[in-house]
Amino acid sequence: MILLEIIKLIGIVIIVVGFIFKFDTIAVVLIAALATALVSGISFPEFLSLLGEAFVSNRLVTLFLLTLPMIGISERFGLRQQAVRLIERIKGLTPGRMLSLYMVIRELAGLFSIRMQGHTQFIRPLIEPMTQASAEAKYGEIDEKDVERIKARSAATENFGNFFAQNTFIAASGVLLITGTMESLGHEISAVAVAQASIPVALIVLIFVAASNVLFDRKMKNKYGKKTTVPTQKGGE
Amino acid sequence: MESLINNLLEFFFILTGFLLMYTAGSVFMDKTHPTRLGTTLFWLFLGVIFAIGNFIPYYLSGIMLLVIGVLTLFKQVKLGHVRPIEDDEAEEASKRIGNWIFVPVVVLAAVAVGIAQFTPLGGQVGIGIGAAVSLMTGVLITRATPKTVMDDSDRMIQQVGTTGILPQLLAALGVIFTAAGVGEVIAGGISTVLPEGNRFLGVVAYCLGMVIFTMIMGNAFAAFTVITAGIGIPFVIAQGGDPVIAGALAMTVGFCGTLLTPMAANFNALPAALLEMKNESGVIKEQTPLALILIVVHIALMYFWAF
Repeated sequence: MILLEIIKLIGIVIIVVGFIFKFDTIAVVLIAALATALVSGISFPEFLSLLGEAFVSNRLVTLFLLTLPMIGISERFGLRQQAVRLIERIKGLTPGRMLSLYMVIRELAGLFSIRMQGHTQFIRPLIEPMTQASAEAKYGEIDEKDVERIKARSAATENFGNFFAQNTFIAASGVLLITGTMESLGHEISAVAVAQASIPVALIVLIFVAASNVLFDRKMKNKYGKKTTVPTQKGGE
Repeated sequence: MESLINNLLEFFFILTGFLLMYTAGSVFMDKTHPTRLGTTLFWLFLGVIFAIGNFIPYYLSGIMLLVIGVLTLFKQVKLGHVRPIEDDEAEEASKRIGNWIFVPVVVLAAVAVGIAQFTPLGGQVGIGIGAAVSLMTGVLITRATPKTVMDDSDRMIQQVGTTGILPQLLAALGVIFTAAGVGEVIAGGISTVLPEGNRFLGVVAYCLGMVIFTMIMGNAFAAFTVITAGIGIPFVIAQGGDPVIAGALAMTVGFCGTLLTPMAANFNALPAALLEMKNESGVIKEQTPLALILIVVHIALMYFWAF
């Protein structure tokens, strides 16, 4: 009986192995789905219908594709170049400060329940180019490895700001899920209290992210700082 | 209202389907493409599922998805020739257009957020309308030709590539896991090995259970119900833990799992693709140190604050 139940986890094993060995992800997910269905008594034709229905009814997840044409033409007509020009005019802006600023904005958006798909709406078109521009304005040319890191940090900032502040709003879906689940398990709790209990974590994450940005700026300065001082020395002599 | 929302969304899905089919057409016309037929079929099937998935029997979409899986498994889907961005052209255009170039991006955000906040249509319809309005604004400002708009749509879609549909596919996997009862098996397994009466172990198990199960499912919401019923209630709350504090912390510690897992493709693999990163798991790598610290913070908070 227990063995019968455990075999349902075969899909998870396939996913883990597939991700570790970097097999083709789409194929791995489909195989995991098929295996899980077959060991759980779902027949192959039933599986095809279930898979098709599940995929079609989750098309919402991929709706961001519709925003791509606009982002595409904006980039062709100089979005990045203009972002660089704008950032160059702001003195004292560093990649770390840029991302800390976005982190504050993102957490406030969560508090006021402004739902947004930050990666498509802000990170790719605006925040990442501006962060990169602030690095280039300050340090000149930066190497490929650091461009990659700035990209990763931009995306990570969106996730930190989005995840850990969203429950500070009383009608956030996470808060409603917590109260709903607790209620169905016999513990009546209020959404306001859950939102309040979510505030410390939002603040802690904000502090950690800001501190990590300070460290990142320091690292960048140590690595590239010389490049900006060389021309000034020349000018001085 | 419900039917209006659904009709609008269906309309946006059909539009998305057309964008995907346009990419299929442009790949098919590209005689130099290394895997021309496979890649054409990939985008065509995807476009068909998007455009008419609701009007054909679901098993047909299921079959098309399996074909898509076979195509990607045998590396038959590749980035073909797309019209690149010429740096000097962009430089020149940005001198002409100036800060107006930011308007479409701001319009997208403003319209999407505005519709989500101030109309009953909801965030998803907001993104669709925002995309349409911002594209029109963009065309007015840049004076891009329809050919350029379609070229850029094709370029962006091909660059996002196969990773773009991963979040949706994983969501579908979640549906199948739920239908098979995977969650119950895991929660049952953990609760049989855990000793009762130890608050600290209970807190650790609740937090790590949320992290690990979120990493497997790619979604903290899916994990929350299962792990709270299986571990949180018997091992934390029944021992005197405050359900408000324990519940709130369990949810956010689950989000630490989201930061660590390739299963949460829409938060990790998707931005890597959108930003054209070399390393597909670069975002997860960047998030790992802070996520691990936050897990420890959550365990400490729950142990000292919830009791």
